[in-house]
Amino acid sequence: MSEIPGNLRYAKTHEWIRLEGDGTATVGITDHAQDAMGDLVYVQLPEVGEQKTAGDETGVVESVKAASDIYAPVDGEIIEVNSALEDTPELVNEDPYERGWLFKLRVNDEAQVEDLLTADQYQAQLDNA
Amino acid sequence: MPFIPHTPDDVREMLATIGVNSIDALFDEIPERIRAEGLKHTPAGLSEMAVTRMMRERAARDEGLTCFLGAGAYEHHVPAAVWELATRGEFYTAYTPYQAEASQGTLQVIYEYQSMMAHLTGMDVSNASVYDGGSGLSEAVLMAVRTHRKSKSKRVLVLGALNPRWKRATEAIVTNQDVGLVEVPFDAANGVTALADLQAFAGEDFAGLVIAQPNFFGQLEDVDAITDFAHAQGWLVIAAVNPTSLAILKAPGQWGATGADIVVGDGQPLGIPLSSGGPYFGFLCCKMDIVRNMPGRIIGRTVDLEGKPGFVLTLQAREQHIRRAKATSNICTNQGLAMTAATIYMSLMGPHGLEEVATLSHLNTRKTLEALCSIPGVTRVFDGAFFHEAVIRVPGDARRVLAQLADRGILGGYALERDFPALPGCVLVCATETRTDADIQKYRTALAAVLA
Repeated sequence: MSEIPGNLRYAKTHEWIRLEGDGTATVGITDHAQDAMGDLVYVQLPEVGEQKTAGDETGVVESVKAASDIYAPVDGEIIEVNSALEDTPELVNEDPYERGWLFKLRVNDEAQVEDLLTADQYQAQLDNA
Repeated sequence: MPFIPHTPDDVREMLATIGVNSIDALFDEIPERIRAEGLKHTPAGLSEMAVTRMMRERAARDEGLTCFLGAGAYEHHVPAAVWELATRGEFYTAYTPYQAEASQGTLQVIYEYQSMMAHLTGMDVSNASVYDGGSGLSEAVLMAVRTHRKSKSKRVLVLGALNPRWKRATEAIVTNQDVGLVEVPFDAANGVTALADLQAFAGEDFAGLVIAQPNFFGQLEDVDAITDFAHAQGWLVIAAVNPTSLAILKAPGQWGATGADIVVGDGQPLGIPLSSGGPYFGFLCCKMDIVRNMPGRIIGRTVDLEGKPGFVLTLQAREQHIRRAKATSNICTNQGLAMTAATIYMSLMGPHGLEEVATLSHLNTRKTLEALCSIPGVTRVFDGAFFHEAVIRVPGDARRVLAQLADRGILGGYALERDFPALPGCVLVCATETRTDADIQKYRTALAAVLA
């Protein structure tokens, strides 16, 4: 069983998002996603300042067996990226919800986050897959 | 005969199993207008006997000519051991093996090749090779555009005296990816680009700048100043070099304050015989910080669980099998056989041997220029330093002069007017270490007779 924290929202494409209460949000990939990918060898992150619309390609995670695009879960501007992943992509495998975060957004409309999956709904998506 | 082992029964059974009516139906998603309509420009096949005879007759036409032609491919001495070893069964493959780790010997050759190329170019890494110089340059241009994410123009500057075939190949490959090449003119007096002409582009948005060294005319560009200027503008520097020349010229990794970012070239001078344009191979090297944008594969050395050394595919970034439609390049293997020959050539020559080849080639080209320019009406076109090629002007039509030289057994050089209309009567001449004083005298005598 993979870990799915109840305080986060989830995109169908396996990103998690956490509102920080100051108009910004942190994004990463789920425990399920990192487990399915296997050992990550490379994470390509967006550039700070880029404007993203929900569903835009915002990066790539690459493991020894696959490469997957990361999508922005909501609209917003990239304000920070986790540059520690350049040299230590394995942080995503080890700690996907904390030290393995990918990027932070200034969210245009926080209501968009409410439209994403809850932990229960994301669990249901995994169960039905 | 198509190379498909399935019988009509096999095909019917497989189609029935997946519920598809015909093989054509499997390709329905490919739009009609972009489908190839057979090979209508390809003539009917010939028998093995007829082909062998035709090839012998064509090969005979090349016999007996003394070569002063370079222009991108060069006649060098290839020690007999090079191809004796390269064509052994253990090495005789055009590709990186697909069960890579099961082929330790091949991986070790690639590892040695990469180490030598990185050393020669002054770069951190080399890939396992690409098709040729032109494909290498196009990959370098695409790499620069991918790497320079702040540049929005998708344009790359090119110094004017670039191999025109490399330029055409690059345009053909990058144009459909909306990447544009912008040319900086070369100076008519010395055949290189003046820094002032490059400075006219200051402040403009380019992903990179391509510097050929030596350039297509054999002349040496002011690479240090140009590299520093490009970096000050935020452009990546792509060096397009002749590998032999690196034995005596500064490695691109040492150009200017911080060195070039990407180095490409044709590896043909390293032990690959002239062969109607190929197969040759290209090399592609870069600095470590942009290795993730490099196409192709990199072999690394590691240890197994018992601590024994071994070789592995360390990097095969973004190739079709993991990224498919999102692959950044169609380079997914390497030019294995030619690269193997080059590795053997470099190990036989060593740094000292390669330096001798480079020095003798330069010296013989000097002697050739001196001899030819002693003929009234024949002059050197450009001032300044050159490697092992230079441009002379002959009275009259250069192509007709070259044809008459060929009748006298001399392959006299490359007529530049077709690619560079501003250079009528100009011939690019090259003399490698394979030319003797007698060869040079023979050329002088023949040219004097043709012009008399």
